[in-house]
Amino acid sequence: MALKNRLIPVLLLQNGVLVRSELFRIHQIIGNPLHEVDRFTEWNVDELVYLDISRDDRYDLGREDQKVAGLADALGILDAVAERCFMPLTWGGRIKTLDGIRERIARGADKVTLNTALVTSPELVTQGARVYGSQAIVASIDALRHPDGTLEAFVDGGRTATGLTPEALAARAERLGAGEVLLQSIDRDGTATGYDTDLIARVVDATTIPVVACSGVGRFEDYAAGIEAGASAVAAANIWHFKELADRAGKRALAKAGVDVRL
Amino acid sequence: MAERIAVIDYGMGNLRSVTNAFASLGASPAVVTQPDELADAERIVLPGVGAFADGMQNLRDGGWVDALEEQVRRKGKPFLGLCIGMQVLADRGTEHGSNAGLGWIAGTVERIASDNGLRVPHIGWNDVTFTPGHAMYDGLGESDAFYFVHSYVLRPDDDSVVSGVCEYGGDFAASVETQNIRAAQFHPEKSHRAGLRLLKNFLEWR
Repeated sequence: MALKNRLIPVLLLQNGVLVRSELFRIHQIIGNPLHEVDRFTEWNVDELVYLDISRDDRYDLGREDQKVAGLADALGILDAVAERCFMPLTWGGRIKTLDGIRERIARGADKVTLNTALVTSPELVTQGARVYGSQAIVASIDALRHPDGTLEAFVDGGRTATGLTPEALAARAERLGAGEVLLQSIDRDGTATGYDTDLIARVVDATTIPVVACSGVGRFEDYAAGIEAGASAVAAANIWHFKELADRAGKRALAKAGVDVRL
Repeated sequence: MAERIAVIDYGMGNLRSVTNAFASLGASPAVVTQPDELADAERIVLPGVGAFADGMQNLRDGGWVDALEEQVRRKGKPFLGLCIGMQVLADRGTEHGSNAGLGWIAGTVERIASDNGLRVPHIGWNDVTFTPGHAMYDGLGESDAFYFVHSYVLRPDDDSVVSGVCEYGGDFAASVETQNIRAAQFHPEKSHRAGLRLLKNFLEWR
């Protein structure tokens, strides 16, 4: 009887369609933004993270066939997601103001992620935690391992360097009031080479809030290394699209490795 | 005629999830924004995510305190508090300074102590062991996993109101049930089948 380690699918929304991502640069269309949510609800998954990675300055990708009528914007999609999602929902992307947090929580998000705002408007983390509680504010940290092996946190969809280590930014976010860390690795994204466990361990050591590990999972067996590195939950994106019964198989692999999961 | 289920909107977050969950059970929940609307309701739900101080402030500023006192405590309408909606039932909260609660459940709301490497907030699925003699978990056996996301817990003075116990850095009250009042620290609206069963039990509660 104890708190279970969570297994979490991450969905990426770009200009109205789901996409898969590689190295934060290459994005391929997966399809309809709601079908996967239905599947996850049916499967009884632990939790869902939905990140809107649309760029404000880009037009849509022209795949009208995959779009849902009437869902012109991300918030409309959030409405539709929330209607069919009886599991915890974290929503992130392009949140710049307290109003932006309020709007997403009112529409059905339980938690919101902040990434760029961690650096550009740190007071938003504190305000958000003040109003909605720390548990509703997730610090989304995107780390890049440079060729010399050093780690640096990036913001703005992986485009802007911060000059900070991921663990320093995570610790700062916790001090500001964040209640959880969603940790992604830019150089592992979409590579299916496993988690950067050194990165995970560093961020776990620098914080006292739960850390959700993401980026790099290529096989279900990769999950357990994230928990062993200290993460409270393990997440992935692509594997949920490309493997059958991704929830059950992922949970089984974790249980086999001795991790306490909700079966 | 369908019963009126009032879900109180006092500016504390995620009402949509709660109404969506009740709607999936065939109920017709109504989000109410004015305290006098509680008079027409047969059942009252107080959801909410956020901080205790803001929750109580919003309840006071919105004029909800007297209306809840009248409809729940005096008239005895079935009441369900969720998350912050459970915490505000206490005498006192300690998040962002000491603040008075509704005082329906004797006790205080305290932060989970983060010693021994315990990560706070407590986020995720954890087992709740049901206390015999309470009906809110009917049909669910002796325990089940529910979704928690919180940093504070209500510590009742009187253990007999505790209907479910969870363990995270020690045992705490996952839920309370006394007279016409039920409340849960976890989120049944986010806890799949077990959570929906708890909500169904509330709808059928006489």
